[in-house]
Amino acid sequence: MSTATTALRGTYTADPVHSSFGFSVRYQGVSLFRGTLDEVEATLTDGRLEGRAKVESISIRTPEQFRAHVLSAEFFDAENHPEVVYTSSDVDVSGDGTVTVEGELTIKGITRPVTATGTWIAPEGDAFGNTRGHLNLEAQVDRTEFDMNWNAPLPSGGKALANEVTLTVELSLVEQA
Amino acid sequence: MRILGIAGSVRRESHNRKLLRAAGDVLPPGAELVEWEGLASLPIFDQDLESDPPATVSELLAAIDEADALLIATPEYNASLPGGLKNALDWASRPFPDNVLRDKPSVVVGASTGLFGAVWAQAEVRKVLKASGADVVENELPVGMADSAFTHDGSLADPELSARLADLLGDLTREVRTPAEVA
Repeated sequence: MSTATTALRGTYTADPVHSSFGFSVRYQGVSLFRGTLDEVEATLTDGRLEGRAKVESISIRTPEQFRAHVLSAEFFDAENHPEVVYTSSDVDVSGDGTVTVEGELTIKGITRPVTATGTWIAPEGDAFGNTRGHLNLEAQVDRTEFDMNWNAPLPSGGKALANEVTLTVELSLVEQA
Repeated sequence: MRILGIAGSVRRESHNRKLLRAAGDVLPPGAELVEWEGLASLPIFDQDLESDPPATVSELLAAIDEADALLIATPEYNASLPGGLKNALDWASRPFPDNVLRDKPSVVVGASTGLFGAVWAQAEVRKVLKASGADVVENELPVGMADSAFTHDGSLADPELSARLADLLGDLTREVRTPAEVA
């Protein structure tokens, strides 16, 4: 079955309080670690999404050594690359609200094409007199493509940290007049 | 049945001492946990002191000897076990092979503030115990993100981890009752 898609129209800005850039990665083969970059800026202009998130706003605050390791050159290299950036081509919305986005993700200064899928919840009037929609996107990336190569062999065999990372973006988008 | 618990960290707010106490709450029936806290007062292992060992060394050896089983909770320093804990195990391994660790049912758990729950340190402690002749349970209990792993009353916040800890202690007490055949 084919579904007609339409490009989004209008200009929207993400409400930073209700938007997030999340990641999750398997460690020790079984467990799942989730984190977020909390400071997110995004605009959706006639169906083209541009978003950026501050690496320093990562949810890993303590322990200090853990935070330092994640911000170090073995992972984000926050000093030299303070932001994660995503720019998309047209966001195509199917009749049922599912979306597919082709775009480019830049982490640590390295840009790779990334396809994200998700859901668009069409705008409605919110409690504060705004017109607000919501875009949720998910994508899989291989962290080693962004030069995040840290790993360690587990005593029982296998690697400590998976290369595959799931990215989950939640954008609460307020229509601009 | 007496289980001797040794935490590999000596600081006041040690996550691994909390882990020992959490173990104390999920012991199998008939088992008691006694903590040994002399790690910081042990001198560095010195073969010259063996013939007339310092009192803390004799206390450690007696505590292990009198226990039916050993529970070690280790942190991880630089991907390995802390030097102080290794030192205690070095003392306990002497005189080899007829030491207090020989055939002693033992289990190792560990907590760390990172993701991996001292998994490498636990493997190292098991290696040292096996080399010293102990009867070591092969399973581990990695408690990661230790800053948030314990509730206010000191139990493990994750019920799955708590159940695994209880299982490990069950394995340990079974090992006391029916020791593995020595090859």
